Amino acid sequence: MAKKIIEVDEVVVKFAGDSGDGMQLTGTQFSDTSALLGDDISTFPDYPAEIRAPVGTVGGVSGFQLHFGKIVDNPGDFCDVLVAMNPAALKANIRWVKDGGTIILDTDSFTDKNFAKAGFQQENLKEIYQDFNVIQAPMTTLTKETLVNSGLDNKSMVRSKNMFALGMVYCIFDRPLNYTEKFLDKKFVKKPNIAESNKKTLRSGFNYAVTIHAMPSYRVHSSNSLEKGRYRNMNGNTAAAWGLLAAAEKANLPFFLGSYPITPASEILVEISLRKDLGAKSFQAEDEIGGIVTAVGASFAGNLAATSTSGPGLALKSEAIGLAVITELPLVIVNVQRGGPSTGLPTKTEQSDLFQALYGRNGESPVPVIAASTPSNCFDYAFEAGKIALEHMTPVLLLTDGFLANGTEPWKIPSMADMPVIKHKIKPKGEGEYLPYKRDPETLAREWAIPGTEGYEHRVGGLEKMDLTGNVSYVPENHELMTKYRADKVQNLENVFPELKVEGDEDADLLVIAWGSTYGHITTAVRELNKEGCKVAHAHFNYINPLPKNTADVFGKYKKHLVCEMNLGQFAGYLDMKHPKFEYHKFNKIQGLPFTVVELKEKFKQLTGKN
Amino acid sequence: MSDNKYTFKDFKSDQEVRWCPGCGDTAVLMSVQKAMAELDHKKEDYAVISGIGCSSRFPYYMNTYGFHGIHGRAGVLASGVKTANPKLSVWQITGDGDALAIGGNHFIHEIRRNINLNILLFNNQIYGLTKGQYSPTSLFGQVTKTSPYGTVEQPFHPGELVLGAQGKFFARTIDTKVKETTDILIKADKHVGTSVVEILQNCVIYNDGAYNNITSKETRDDNQIWLEHGKPMLFGKDKQKGLIVDGMKLRVVHLSDRISEENILVHDAHEPDPSLHLALINMRVGLGFPVAFGIIRQVEAPAYDQLIEQQIEEVKSKSKIKNMDDVLNSGSTWVVE
Repeated sequence: MAKKIIEVDEVVVKFAGDSGDGMQLTGTQFSDTSALLGDDISTFPDYPAEIRAPVGTVGGVSGFQLHFGKIVDNPGDFCDVLVAMNPAALKANIRWVKDGGTIILDTDSFTDKNFAKAGFQQENLKEIYQDFNVIQAPMTTLTKETLVNSGLDNKSMVRSKNMFALGMVYCIFDRPLNYTEKFLDKKFVKKPNIAESNKKTLRSGFNYAVTIHAMPSYRVHSSNSLEKGRYRNMNGNTAAAWGLLAAAEKANLPFFLGSYPITPASEILVEISLRKDLGAKSFQAEDEIGGIVTAVGASFAGNLAATSTSGPGLALKSEAIGLAVITELPLVIVNVQRGGPSTGLPTKTEQSDLFQALYGRNGESPVPVIAASTPSNCFDYAFEAGKIALEHMTPVLLLTDGFLANGTEPWKIPSMADMPVIKHKIKPKGEGEYLPYKRDPETLAREWAIPGTEGYEHRVGGLEKMDLTGNVSYVPENHELMTKYRADKVQNLENVFPELKVEGDEDADLLVIAWGSTYGHITTAVRELNKEGCKVAHAHFNYINPLPKNTADVFGKYKKHLVCEMNLGQFAGYLDMKHPKFEYHKFNKIQGLPFTVVELKEKFKQLTGKN
Repeated sequence: MSDNKYTFKDFKSDQEVRWCPGCGDTAVLMSVQKAMAELDHKKEDYAVISGIGCSSRFPYYMNTYGFHGIHGRAGVLASGVKTANPKLSVWQITGDGDALAIGGNHFIHEIRRNINLNILLFNNQIYGLTKGQYSPTSLFGQVTKTSPYGTVEQPFHPGELVLGAQGKFFARTIDTKVKETTDILIKADKHVGTSVVEILQNCVIYNDGAYNNITSKETRDDNQIWLEHGKPMLFGKDKQKGLIVDGMKLRVVHLSDRISEENILVHDAHEPDPSLHLALINMRVGLGFPVAFGIIRQVEAPAYDQLIEQQIEEVKSKSKIKNMDDVLNSGSTWVVE
């Protein structure tokens, strides 16, 4: 039987199983191996909020999706290959498998008991056999047979079955095993028997797939789009944490993070806590308010300070952001958005904190708002947030979301020497009189005098300040003046923010407008439509307050404007307020899930009249 | 005297003090300025941090670095300042509303962490700045604007909270006792860790005379006992009364032929076991005791900010990561040719 080989530019694979089945590790291994072969990759883990949901239930399914190939901008809508370790994993993911796609099952787990736990019928399976290419593998049995002489107990043997699955998938995609073998040697350096057993199971899975002629076999065209250089996989939370640290190093300032654990932002606190080797201080406060207020205190004391949170936490921090606004101290607030309101959908993604970021404070309280748009550029925008905060003496709000936070992609490692210079506003010792609210005439940023510096003793606080001196002032005209200064200082950032760029077909009638994490899916949708001859252009915003200076000029070149976002239309409403002369069509999704490329293309086609 | 040769005037800012005439805060301001002049820090190394309330206006009247924060958050603001820059001498100014109501959570956690700073808790048993509502330390049954028929809430006793949060330093003083307060503040600053000084402070407008049964000429000798480490716990006009332990409880005794000074308890502020300190803190006039003043508890323990600095030094000396380039290139990486 000739082996069927499918040649493709890109492919989507999903590993799904119980929370304890090791699917995250399996997916990461496949992703890392593909990266080493030069593929472009995007990954997204999908796991339950419960730490150990009941075994075998749909609620306990943990998945890891990866999309790799020539040019990849998102983790993919539908998968070509699904690995389902039990009926629950199959039930939860079957709707995400492409028509005619391949499904690999651990048939040992497809018992009556597990069907019952998943609320799935044997009958369903029959239909699936008709519609999809199903590869049945008794993975548990074969893993145990492989390890029969290993000396491991039953439980330890069964635990290796994810390596059997990985081996099979490596075979289907013709990937080498050596990266994972090296990884296992390193991970289990103190338990050589476990390392050996896992490696044996991995090879066994690979060989099993060869033996049964597991079909089809894919040949994925490697990426040639990646620039030369050293790469690593990067997720949004690590990137944000490192971007902040990089800004502190570039500005030559100590770094302080005041934070409180919250899904999906906790990893930022975790990453910073690791970096005592750089002298970074992480303060795990007793609550969200403590997180930000310690950071405001650290900023007053001369650190680059930040706080990290998600929506509900941002709500609690509102008053303290106002304190940083009126004291005009540098501060970065990273808000990793999740589904809301209230506790909402903690592990799911959404862009619904935009209005909260822009307006969620008492008084006239302007704050620059910027948003990352890919997992790895969370690094750049966190760095940028630190730079703006330090150079303009203001709190800065950085928006990411659960999709960016947990998603990964290959990232060309930058060199610190190439990062932009950051010039903080600290007044050097011995330069005469210090006036806390004397401003740079251009940026309106005040100078920063650090406690411990002789002669610059001064007081700041939440009460309105007199221009120049910073003394408490109730003078009516002064309040208006200071309010305008604070507003203008933020608005003036449009002079330093980069101009809005357009991707896709510049002659298009339709301009797709979006911000934040929708970038990858929209980019793919626009590129594919352009290829198909459909004229669509895409303007993506990373700078939200203030908007880029050329926003209206760009919008003016197009007849139709469609704003796509994962909320009920907050950015569209904001644009309508700032640039009311355009009519904004809206495309919104509020399901805790990213847009799919398919639904985006459909919508774009509809608006271009090509449907 | 320190080498700095400051006087209290060096710590006065050019701002007009706007507390009500007769307010106890004015005397405390004087005590703080005197203490700072005597301590060894440079003027620029002081940071005075507050929350919201009458007493929280304090930083504006000090010619030091200062930060007037938001309601309830003095503790975390001060914690951030001290952790970020441990060289500073940080003084947190807070009231019974700021520290024990809206900021209660921060207050106990700050003490638990044992951050090396001084908390001056101005306790006037009332909300002054909002014009006379009851506070978490107002007495049970106290009639205020928001308790016209008397409160039905039991008050917090700050010292009890401090000990419950594993506090290592607790002192109590009276606003008008400038000499004693200055002395306590100096010792509080020298103590490594969180030092809480409760200041019984009279609000002349909304709760005038709240402490009359302790501070008036007629009552003060019998109703105040000033504790000093290593000294017997004596009080009364001619120091003829003292404290002894009777079973598990404290008891007031009169010196006589049968009870001499040797029978009287000797104050040990350094005892790690907090039981007796708690009993001393909880003595109240209504229960037949004098109120305890002075440094009631002072126990050595490592401070949070010191431990952080130590940890940083240790990790730095062991880690191969020296800068951000090292971080960026750490772990699994690959080269695209």
